Amino acid sequence: MSSDAMAIRTAEAAGGHWLETLHEWVTTVDHKRLGILYILYALLFLVIGGLEAIVIRIQLLRPHSDFVSPQVFNRMFTMHGTTMIFFVVMPVMFGFANYLVPLMIGARDMAFPRLNAFSFWLTAFGGFLLYFSFLGGSGLYGAGNAPDVGWWAYAPLTSRAFSPGHSADYWTIAVLVSGFGSIGTATNIIATILSLRCPGMTFGRMPLMAWMTLVMSGLVLISISPLTAAQIMLLVDRYLGGHFFDTQAGGSAALWMHFFWIFGHPEVYILVIPAFAFASEIIPVFSRKPIFGYPVMVAATVCIGFISMSVWAHHMFTIGMNSASNTFFVLTTMAIAVPTGIKIFNWLGTMWGGKLQFKTPMLFCIAFLFQFLLAGLTGIMLGAAPFNWQLSGSYFVVAHFHYVIVGAILFCVFGAMYYWYPKITGRMLSETLGKLHFWLFVVGFHLTFDLMHIPGILGMPRRIYTYEPGRGWETWNLLCTIGAFVQSVATLIFVANLIYSYFKGPKAGNDPWDAWTLEWSVSSPPPAYNFATIPTVASRRPLWDRKHPEDPDSRYE
Amino acid sequence: MGVNWRGMASNEIGQRVTGILLLIFGLLLAATLCTAATPGDNPIPNIFDPQSTPADSLFHLSMFVLVICGLIFVVVATLLVYAVVKFRARADDSAHEPPQVYGSTQIELAWTVIPILIVVVLVLATTRVIHVVQDAKKPPNVVEVIAIGHQFWWEFRYPALGVVTANELHIPVSDPANPSPTFLKLLSADTDHSFWVPQLAGKTDLIPNRVNEMWMDPHRTGIFLGQCAQYCGTQHAKMLLQVSVDSPEDFRNWVNAQKLPAKQDDSVSAGRKVFETTACINCHAVAGTAATGRFGPDLTHMMSRRTIAAGVAENTPENLGMWIQDPDMIKPGSLMPAMKLSDADLDALVRYLETLR
Repeated sequence: MSSDAMAIRTAEAAGGHWLETLHEWVTTVDHKRLGILYILYALLFLVIGGLEAIVIRIQLLRPHSDFVSPQVFNRMFTMHGTTMIFFVVMPVMFGFANYLVPLMIGARDMAFPRLNAFSFWLTAFGGFLLYFSFLGGSGLYGAGNAPDVGWWAYAPLTSRAFSPGHSADYWTIAVLVSGFGSIGTATNIIATILSLRCPGMTFGRMPLMAWMTLVMSGLVLISISPLTAAQIMLLVDRYLGGHFFDTQAGGSAALWMHFFWIFGHPEVYILVIPAFAFASEIIPVFSRKPIFGYPVMVAATVCIGFISMSVWAHHMFTIGMNSASNTFFVLTTMAIAVPTGIKIFNWLGTMWGGKLQFKTPMLFCIAFLFQFLLAGLTGIMLGAAPFNWQLSGSYFVVAHFHYVIVGAILFCVFGAMYYWYPKITGRMLSETLGKLHFWLFVVGFHLTFDLMHIPGILGMPRRIYTYEPGRGWETWNLLCTIGAFVQSVATLIFVANLIYSYFKGPKAGNDPWDAWTLEWSVSSPPPAYNFATIPTVASRRPLWDRKHPEDPDSRYE
Repeated sequence: MGVNWRGMASNEIGQRVTGILLLIFGLLLAATLCTAATPGDNPIPNIFDPQSTPADSLFHLSMFVLVICGLIFVVVATLLVYAVVKFRARADDSAHEPPQVYGSTQIELAWTVIPILIVVVLVLATTRVIHVVQDAKKPPNVVEVIAIGHQFWWEFRYPALGVVTANELHIPVSDPANPSPTFLKLLSADTDHSFWVPQLAGKTDLIPNRVNEMWMDPHRTGIFLGQCAQYCGTQHAKMLLQVSVDSPEDFRNWVNAQKLPAKQDDSVSAGRKVFETTACINCHAVAGTAATGRFGPDLTHMMSRRTIAAGVAENTPENLGMWIQDPDMIKPGSLMPAMKLSDADLDALVRYLETLR
């Protein structure tokens, strides 16, 4: 029954054995500790996935390189994609949601604490199972090694005929198991937001982070199921004599594509909507203004959630669908650009007329705005099907989605780390190291991913372990690799900041940023029970009302 | 540059450096796009260098979309930069918070309606091009090719002309006054592949158990490069494409040569015996002989091709010998087995294959 979320020091100070501390953390059902476990897990796999990216970039820095064999390279890009999506970005988003949502809505914990713990450990196990695959291949002439089928695992490449051994099974089962963890956490989040909001907190008064986490969780519930179903069908094909995707026996390769992308497209909104949530919390505080157009921000997010389930085949424009089908998916894809673009304008409107403070969280969010704008525009290019017939399967697409995942999502995650680290640990991260991390990462990010669009335009496909000289691709690949190293250095500085500031950072106090949502009303770190008394709120910014009793939001909303 | 770097805060230095780098990138990008349309044999498979009608249609739509996106970027980015500069908190600011504005219905309505209008324009333009390319009617003067994707090579059949070949596609140039386009049916023998020669057409996938179609009508003769664009297994990277666009006369000559069965040359009968009595004939075909295997490329006229192993190596006797003895030296993970022949057998075999012109 320890009193603090970050009770590492307390247990040891009390003379407790380190095994007791470990036991507390492994058996915890406290949403704050599980949030921290998710985030630390994601950071570990961020480094591992980053190393896989570095291997890829070293192999590609010159043509006909033999830094790694084609078999190893194909495992690298498969593991890099699978790791980053399922074991970095999803866990970090669930981690922040877990930590923050109960605090933001004035609750003591999530609705189902034990389901919470179970879901985390399922996801964690999935990641470890996936990486166990590197050890599994020794007896099978390499055939049972890490998966090498790409993170989409297209059929029939994953059939027994073309993927002997168990490498495809490691991918299938690891992702399947972590999918159950995601469904558990999503269910928990929805139940918590629906039923545990504190008195006075109507849906119209909860922080945008709560709304966006709610929409993201709904998408998880709807989209993970088709992926799980397809994976079970694949296992039936591989082991029980099924032929769903077995084209040699009349099965359908396109069927896998539909199942996968009905998951895959909402999945990218699952990844990006929490990033929007972070920006929607951070930008107002460092502009010293409320979010511009809260109701439309909510409506746009819900719209994005619905439309995202109708765009999936824009990942399949080249598979030979007829013109009517292609046109339909162009229409829905272009349509989703509207609510997405609107949000950029709302964040801009929040900053407009404000008093912008360029602390590290805000720097990351401002870069996010520029980069998400560009990523959205290259997305529009990809949504125009005939343009897509040239761009898809090339490095243009790789550049586009890294622009979203790194330039938008990871930048917001970094911003969130700097913003909420004081609340979680009680100490501030170093602003100097933070700014160094930021500028170095901006330079490295743009060096790699701006230039990466060009080889795509010049005809370089993706997922190739090497390329021919003389096609104009060499210089750009070399520069992209240099940028990758710059980003790695920046990330190492960030990790060093996290560790150093934990021990030596200045004490944060309850509310270092002068913010307005409920998590800033409790101590840093919060007590295990979050709130001594459940608060009552009368507006979207309860702490603004407390700090400005002469001019509360409740008078205007 | 006449700027005093020393007195600047880290933020400002970062901003300057980023600005300079962005300028350099912009210039580099412009330089690349300007190298697009150079005449003559251009080994760069640039999507902005279309040489065929479908590629042209894609290019024009792409430019239209790029211009619209460029305008949107300039407007929104300018507003962002302006906001970041104009509304920064100044050191001499009072502690008062700025006016707490919650929103504005008129502004939000405007910035919803304008994007909807832009989207409508984009959808209409895109729909037209989809229809023009995908629903094109076959004119009478068409060359029909069946392309079959394999791990990790391309099979090309011309059913009306009686030709079977591999990896290097020959098609006639198309005169706009009297078009003679090439229509391809795309099939796959194993996994998903994708046919992508950027200057001639957008890519279309080859999916097993499915028939896809595409067409191209090249405007000039020459060699155009491409490669497989859908991950298909270990050697996806080395499933290269070379399209030779020939004048009508050259194309006729090529077809006539390809239709003939293999030359009979008694001086290489020892090598031919090696070919026909080892496992070669299980996978390969040589027209007019006992070899009728279909798993690997047709070798009847293999010496008419510039490269072997789907573009991986020059078609020389040394490379051919290496490919037969130990394919992993050239293309590790390809499905060609190492034949493990004696030196004498290998020598005779290569001499035989060299006669398959």
